[in-house]
Amino acid sequence: MRFGIVVNEGPYTHQASDSAYRFAVAALEKGHEIFRVFFYHDGVNNGTRYTVPPQDDRNLQKLWSELAEKHGLDLVVCIAAAQRRGILDANEAKRQGKDGDNIAPGFRISGLGQLIEAGIQADRLVTFGD
Amino acid sequence: MSDENRKKFLYINRKAPYGTIYALESLEVVLIGAAFEQDVSLAFIDDGVYQLMANQDTAAVGMKNFSKTYRALGDYEVRKLYVEKESLAERGLTAENLMPIVYEDEDDDYAEKPSLIFVDRAEMAALIRSQDVILSF
Repeated sequence: MRFGIVVNEGPYTHQASDSAYRFAVAALEKGHEIFRVFFYHDGVNNGTRYTVPPQDDRNLQKLWSELAEKHGLDLVVCIAAAQRRGILDANEAKRQGKDGDNIAPGFRISGLGQLIEAGIQADRLVTFGD
Repeated sequence: MSDENRKKFLYINRKAPYGTIYALESLEVVLIGAAFEQDVSLAFIDDGVYQLMANQDTAAVGMKNFSKTYRALGDYEVRKLYVEKESLAERGLTAENLMPIVYEDEDDDYAEKPSLIFVDRAEMAALIRSQDVILSF
């Protein structure tokens, strides 16, 4: 089956991103395809490489980045939600006159059309978080 | 786009308009999604019915009043806004408390027709079951 995944909460405050990650790992292990993971609302906060959780805790951003690299996952952060919350790639930082970017490896910033396309292309669109 | 390539998208709105960002960011998805020519419906359940209240005034909370956007949805071919009757009644509201939201029917000499469809909880459940893609906000 081809899944689309939506993550609507940031890391740590809610379990949503952990659950989405575990779902993605399990789906891939079972041989399913993941068309795209779309990060919306506070979910965009999963895509900053500046998080520094305690060393004895999981690092969700790194887990997502490693999973993306291993399986070629498409991790998309919503641009409108990201701009509100200070998540920028190099192009956006330049365009907005900001002095740095923070997008994590394996993530890319794009529009809400990517969410609609995931709904159209996936057999099931699974949402994590409110 | 032919009907067999269209999916039924339902956007479920469950939260009041200004206490959280979900209502605003839901509308942003609906507006972008309109360009994809899918079969789009919106549902308003629980506190989500407050999103449709007439005469919204956000001056005191210092937030952008985006309620006019709902009235523009008809221009985006978004014409089916389902409102749960029980959610209204539980909050002491009636249809008269809501904004008049209409669309122009091009098959009927562009007559203005109501976009709000009032359904009971069982009908809402059936509507949800009939969808291909559900985004809940």
